[in-house]
Amino acid sequence: MRISIASGKGGTGKTTLSTNLSAFLAEGSEVVLADLDVEEPNSGLFIRGDLISTEHKYKMVPEWKEDACTLCGLCQKVCNFNAVIRLANQILVFPQLCHGCYACSELCPTESLPMIPQKMGQLSLYKRGNLNFVESRLDVGEEQAVPLISQTIDYIDQHFPEAKYKIFDAPPGTSCPVIEATKDSDFVILITEPTPFGLHDLKLAVETIRSLNKPFGIVINRDGLGNDDVIEYCTKQNISILAKIPNSRKIAELYSQGELLYHQIPEMAQALKEIENYLSKLVIQELA
Amino acid sequence: MKEIVVISGKGGTGKTSITAAFAFLAGSELILADCDVDAADMHLLMKPDFAISENFFSGETARIIQDNCIACGKCLDVCRFNAISIIKGQYIVNPVNCEGCGYCARVCPTETIVNDIPKVGEWYKSTIKTQGTMIHAKLNIGADNSGKLVAKVKNEARQIAQDLNKELILVDGSPGIGCPVVSSLSGASFVVLVTEPSVSGLHDLERVYQLIKNFNLPAGCIINKSDINLQKSKEIIAFLDENDIILIAELPYDERFTKAMTMGKTIVETENKQLTKLIKKAWKTINNQIS
Repeated sequence: MRISIASGKGGTGKTTLSTNLSAFLAEGSEVVLADLDVEEPNSGLFIRGDLISTEHKYKMVPEWKEDACTLCGLCQKVCNFNAVIRLANQILVFPQLCHGCYACSELCPTESLPMIPQKMGQLSLYKRGNLNFVESRLDVGEEQAVPLISQTIDYIDQHFPEAKYKIFDAPPGTSCPVIEATKDSDFVILITEPTPFGLHDLKLAVETIRSLNKPFGIVINRDGLGNDDVIEYCTKQNISILAKIPNSRKIAELYSQGELLYHQIPEMAQALKEIENYLSKLVIQELA
Repeated sequence: MKEIVVISGKGGTGKTSITAAFAFLAGSELILADCDVDAADMHLLMKPDFAISENFFSGETARIIQDNCIACGKCLDVCRFNAISIIKGQYIVNPVNCEGCGYCARVCPTETIVNDIPKVGEWYKSTIKTQGTMIHAKLNIGADNSGKLVAKVKNEARQIAQDLNKELILVDGSPGIGCPVVSSLSGASFVVLVTEPSVSGLHDLERVYQLIKNFNLPAGCIINKSDINLQKSKEIIAFLDENDIILIAELPYDERFTKAMTMGKTIVETENKQLTKLIKKAWKTINNQIS
């Protein structure tokens, strides 16, 4: 079962929940956790398993071969992303703008723009007991997260077809990288905090997940901070609240040191147990 | 004209709350630009009037007009994004997967694929509670092209600054290191990094700083919630020293930030004298850096 953990607003506890839930579930089942927040991957700071393997990840971009090129300019015309430009007597390629559609390369009448791999990031696999942790890290300077997210999900499907739980730590926001990290999941957990910013961004996240027709539930982090508007919203919208994690300075301190919480914070263990119960019911429904 | 851009790498460090407090202090002379278009929150604190609102169109999404389709399958062959599937014998584009490259339309022998330019969001020009001007936007859910909407917000902010003869633009940037951030940073005079003393705060600061270095921009840092982990705060300060980043301020962990937020206020509008003083001082330090 694939579960994406997402949130509209950043810093509401996605990574805290992803890492703690994965470690907790891994005490009883085989779990894969993937950090799909490839721009700022943080899960590894909390998991710290043994490094099993690491590999570069590439995206395909065109490279200009001038020999046969007639400078017809078709490549520039077909590129919707301004990644290929004809300038005087040469063709310039801007790989960071390229979306890898192959149009320029395959439509070129003289085959002067073959596609070549260009490194965009790195994928590492770590192991910690039953927990397999996959971290993907976008190179600084690369602007597009989506291709790396998509390749990471493919990697997990190939290497861990049998894992009971596949947990995806999604990037923040509601735009294309989040869609990529949630669109093929069976269930989405949205984590929020009970503040005006939290509620505002939660509504956007709910709209996003509903547009994908995904079943989802909410976890409230820093419960007790702010006000009751998030709970009222969930009640009105008929959204399940799976669990609440209390607001506590102790949690903030443990988090700041890179510690997992549930061994030291009983309320966290309780919250994770409630989420596990909810998820196991879904697994049973899936099998039925 | 000067542009101060506030970014954070990691979300939830207090970037927007702090930027809003600066905007309040700067008053009516400031042009404020909310470039966190993906999850824009600034308006909750600044009470914009949404005086002018415009739709924003960008990118392309393919659509197959069924009448002329001869089901040759060329579109499906060339699409690298799994955006075309055959449902009950009909070729259909899934707009969620469509990257808008236009390749399918180019190879379609019956010219039956059209490219719609979708509305990806809206942008607004508002007067806010300080009587200053704010340019802000809302990206449609799941939309691509957030970088382009950020560029639009910035360009409008520059235009209005020129028209009104204002000297200062304050930009609330987006999290991460991808296209919207790069777009937020273009043309910056000074970058303010907001971080927190946690393993992830430091990690994300280091990555986002690499990006700033690529652009050769001067930067300063605010450590928020600095007393949560004194050791990490020290490590952050050491990192700042090494890289010639100015330490603008250290702010204590204080839930009154959130209290102010629930009242729709910035922290400097509340009775919190200690934090107000620290933020005023930080704002002065930033202004000294750009003058």
